[in-house]
Amino acid sequence: MAVESRAETERQHPVSPVAADVRLDRVTKNFDDVTAVDDVSLEIERGSFFALLGPSGCGKTTTLRMIGGFEEPNAGTIYLGEEPVTGKPPYKRDVNTVFQSYALFPHLSIFENVGFGLRRRGVRGADVRGRVTEILRLVGLSGMEKRKPRQLSGGQQQRVALARALVNRPRVLLLDEPLGALDLKLRKQMQLEMKAIQHDIGITFVHVTHDQEEAMTMADRIAIMNGGRIEQLGTPGELYEHPQTAFVAGFLGISNLLPGTVSAMDAVRLDDGTTVKVPQEALRGRSGRVAVGVRPEKIRLGHGEENRLSGHLLETAYVGVATQYVLDTRAGNISVYVQNSEPGAQQAVTGEISWSPDSTFVVDSMEGAEAE
Amino acid sequence: MLDSAAAGLPFREARLRLSTIFWRRPWLKALALLALPLAAFVFVYLGALVALFVSAFWQINDFTAKVEHVWTLDNFNTLIHDSVYRRIALRTIGLASAVTLTDAVLAFPLAYFMARIAGGKTRALLFVLVLMPLWSSYLVRIYAWRTILAHDGALNWSLNKIGLPNVGLLYTNWGMWIVFSYIWLPFMILPVYAALERIPQSYLEASQDLGGRGWRTLRSVILPLVLPGLVAGSIFTFSLTLGDFITPLLVGGPSSSFIGNVVEEQVGQPNVPFAAAFATVPVIVMGFYLLIARRLGAFEAI
Repeated sequence: MAVESRAETERQHPVSPVAADVRLDRVTKNFDDVTAVDDVSLEIERGSFFALLGPSGCGKTTTLRMIGGFEEPNAGTIYLGEEPVTGKPPYKRDVNTVFQSYALFPHLSIFENVGFGLRRRGVRGADVRGRVTEILRLVGLSGMEKRKPRQLSGGQQQRVALARALVNRPRVLLLDEPLGALDLKLRKQMQLEMKAIQHDIGITFVHVTHDQEEAMTMADRIAIMNGGRIEQLGTPGELYEHPQTAFVAGFLGISNLLPGTVSAMDAVRLDDGTTVKVPQEALRGRSGRVAVGVRPEKIRLGHGEENRLSGHLLETAYVGVATQYVLDTRAGNISVYVQNSEPGAQQAVTGEISWSPDSTFVVDSMEGAEAE
Repeated sequence: MLDSAAAGLPFREARLRLSTIFWRRPWLKALALLALPLAAFVFVYLGALVALFVSAFWQINDFTAKVEHVWTLDNFNTLIHDSVYRRIALRTIGLASAVTLTDAVLAFPLAYFMARIAGGKTRALLFVLVLMPLWSSYLVRIYAWRTILAHDGALNWSLNKIGLPNVGLLYTNWGMWIVFSYIWLPFMILPVYAALERIPQSYLEASQDLGGRGWRTLRSVILPLVLPGLVAGSIFTFSLTLGDFITPLLVGGPSSSFIGNVVEEQVGQPNVPFAAAFATVPVIVMGFYLLIARRLGAFEAI
């Protein structure tokens, strides 16, 4: 499989509006008295790999199931292309789903499983054979046609589920935690393979996951969901470098968040009195209480950069590619990652750290949220 | 070692040694578990079956009415060549098949509703309604049906009320068909319900997702997966009808004898060898039935 082509996949995004394949317009879904999806609007570009990311119960799966037609929204409209599909049953929607449990039909052979959708569309005989053979080759399962699903490993079943959906060439492919049941190594491999397949065939993928690393590896754009709403939507780079909320900052990777008060157009005074410089656009007109964030790998040991703090070392942890230091400063505890680029070189930690204003982001104060 | 501690020691040690013996030999544990049921199975069940088969090849002395232990195929010859017995056997098998089919057709929609549509309370209520007839005696229910089907019974009374003529169902094969279908229906509903309930919702969603409408999903996904349940239920309905002799006696007419009625009659004659020979017929029929069921793949999912 063309995993190598992965190297060429860049995360470029044309700014000009591309036709949306999926559009959600103020969609709300209630289950009894629980609001699973709360007034969500969303556009997914044609041919993109889109991820809905969030903790369990954030509404991401419900959103996916509404696009697939398995749940009906209580309010709002869902469009596939220009066509509103709200109220249409799944078999009238030009989407296919890869289910979390794969949902392969146990009584049918792999060939019949993959050919199921084609036959429902009136494809017959040699055409079915040709397309099933082709798609099974694409997912690397040639020669497995006669087997039953239970004779396949978890990873192979996952590929059959993918093939069964893709063979119909839907407008949109929906993936509901498709890699959740696989072990870590296989999961990593499948992430790259699925990314490559999506790149090759160009169908829009909408992928639901709670694994931030998986979303960042595979998706062009990610919507981070929390409490039935979209917290932030953007490319993996945007979300990681410029999280808008404390939730996003905490959900994607590790971040140090230090409470403080806006003191200038481009500065925040931390609670210990230190003033740190931040990019003006990071403040975005905020005033009063905020939290300043910086990623652990952006912090240097020593006072080489403009934003400086001092503290004493609490813990050291060797994590392979990097060494993690936890420092206790008067502004709060801070994690620092230092790359282990030279063998055996443990850096002397003086308790002085610094980072560039450009690496600094600002999110709304968490003080209200922490009480929750 | 202290003397006071040693007092309780031999017992404890013996217990430990015993558990070690069992731990080291798993087959011994299995044997200990199975000894009682296995003995009951071999002596009571297999024993009775063997006795049945063996005595089918004996004969009765016409004068003394005593069983003679002489090997003969006479009993089976009579069964095959006497058209009365052939007709009785075919009637029994035919009615058992009809009852099985009827129960399958009745049970599927109800079981489907219970398993996949009804809410918790409705489901519980339906369960009670399905099982309630089993709380009362089989005889009571047959007599109840006699009063319904009788000439001046509830059925004809209702028919007359809406201006329809009387029907004479009591003492006919139709009457037996209705009563048998009613009596064995719960035994079909329960396994079909269990099979339906085991189908993950995602299979049905996957079928819809791939373009399968209701009928297609039913035919291509649900029915093949429910087949083991239908076969399990049909084994009950088929074999229970096959072996019955009370309903034919009370609901069937004078020309509605079942294999069971002949067996009972022959035991009373007493001609036990002939009764035994006729009693092997349902056993053989069930054997073939299970073979066909296996051919259909009914046991693959077990």
